[in-house]
Amino acid sequence: MDKILKLLEDDATLTAEQLAIMCQKEVGDIKKMIKQYEQEGVILGYKTLIDWDKTDREYVSALIEVKITPQRDRGFDRVAERIYNYPEVQSLYLMSGGYDLAVQIEGKTMKEVAYFVAQKLAPIEDVISTATHFVLRKYKDKGVIYGVVEVDERGNCG
Amino acid sequence: MIDYSSVLSKTVMDLKKSGIRKFFDLLNDKSMKDVVGLTVGQPDFVTPWHIREAGIESLQKGKTYYSPNAGFTELQNEISKYLKRRFDLTYAPEQTIVTVGGSEAIDLAIRAVVEPGDEVIIPTPCFVCYEPIVRMQGGIPVTVETTFEEKFKLTPYALKKAITPKTKMLVLAYPNNPTGAILTREELEELAEILRNTNIVVLSDEIYAELTYGTQHTSIASIDGMWERTILASGFAKAYAMTGWRLGYLAAPAPITEQMLKIHQYAIMCAPTTSQLAAIEALRNGDEDIQMMREEYDRRRHYIYEGLRSIGIDSFEPQGAFYIYPDLRRFGLSSEEFCNRLLYDYRCAIVPGTAFGQGGEGFARISYAYSVKHITEALSRIESFVKSLKK
Repeated sequence: MDKILKLLEDDATLTAEQLAIMCQKEVGDIKKMIKQYEQEGVILGYKTLIDWDKTDREYVSALIEVKITPQRDRGFDRVAERIYNYPEVQSLYLMSGGYDLAVQIEGKTMKEVAYFVAQKLAPIEDVISTATHFVLRKYKDKGVIYGVVEVDERGNCG
Repeated sequence: MIDYSSVLSKTVMDLKKSGIRKFFDLLNDKSMKDVVGLTVGQPDFVTPWHIREAGIESLQKGKTYYSPNAGFTELQNEISKYLKRRFDLTYAPEQTIVTVGGSEAIDLAIRAVVEPGDEVIIPTPCFVCYEPIVRMQGGIPVTVETTFEEKFKLTPYALKKAITPKTKMLVLAYPNNPTGAILTREELEELAEILRNTNIVVLSDEIYAELTYGTQHTSIASIDGMWERTILASGFAKAYAMTGWRLGYLAAPAPITEQMLKIHQYAIMCAPTTSQLAAIEALRNGDEDIQMMREEYDRRRHYIYEGLRSIGIDSFEPQGAFYIYPDLRRFGLSSEEFCNRLLYDYRCAIVPGTAFGQGGEGFARISYAYSVKHITEALSRIESFVKSLKK
């Protein structure tokens, strides 16, 4: 069960047929399993890792530390919900330590990101402060190293 | 003018260039850049980071000196513990020698045992080094062909038939490169029955011991009465994806180790220090890495086996190593012609079975130490070729 999840996490392009052969299961069973995972929300989606730096797309991303005042009964959830509903927000985590929420956002330009922080994020009541860190370079994401094209350098020896 | 042919060793000049080398030379040509190969005999994993880090740290700390001849005691201790832990083999640390790859281990074992005129039984198809080393010792290689029909296993019958009063050594290389065959405990028991009351030494090349699928590897040294007549050769290359570190080891009874160590001292002195220090880390904390890699190879094994079958190529289902050895006999081409046409016309490289000695005709070695994506592309090229043959 978990094996299939791990395989798909590493390579979402694997087909049910391929998974079935590799894991010695029936194709029908694999399809059923995947469907169930999708229905239960274990599998939430399939995306592609793209190194935008290699394209001409204008693109910046930033990590924003946000301190907030938790609300009675609802803790951080309501504020979190307000923040994650913005399409610019790529990921949002509740953190232990010196601040409360870590917001990762993407925009076309630094100006756009600054606008988001100043006009949308900071004004939210309960947000006490924000600290924006722009990403200068992405080295690794989701276990994949960026900027390096893997070449099979193994020699034919043994 | 110097006449090289009269200067150079006749024995060495008479050694044939290995078939696999010839094929690999073809592949190294610039015009072969677009070829999708399934030829490489080494893992596609990088050495796990904690092992690489141990090597790096040793360099940072300036550990750039020789080790003791037989290897660092700490490493010998770990090898001894590892052999016990994984294969229930009992070797004292001083009964092991750390070598430059499994290759040196094989070389030392043969050189310590074989004298001119001695016969060495070598089941084929097999890795290419045993026969030439035996020849350089003046020994006589006696090849015993194993067959597809017998799952490429050395049978008791074939062994018995090959033994003569001159037989000095039997080479057992299971899990096998190129066939992926293994020998089970029961099958080893049967061979042991024949060997037990002889003076034949077994050179057990267990470099692929960690890569068996569905069964746990059994070493012939763990069979009753065999420990005393077995030289175990193994290494770190395949289990820990450490091919380039060039590190292997031998384990054998003390009287044999003592003699092998002499050759090692004179020829090599000691294995590379950096590699040895990395290997200590591998043996201490690398069991999980082996498990991860084995599971990945196993999935690819199923994938390539079924993939070949679905395009009409039968294979013996490999049970060890990372090769599959399909049966191409029904296509009516020699192995070499099949592989050459696949290479030149369909841009896919696999190694002709004939490169691995007698019994290789009609077969080819395909390595699955490649990503599924790569294997899929290669399979589609093989399929196009096979379809063109059927027309």
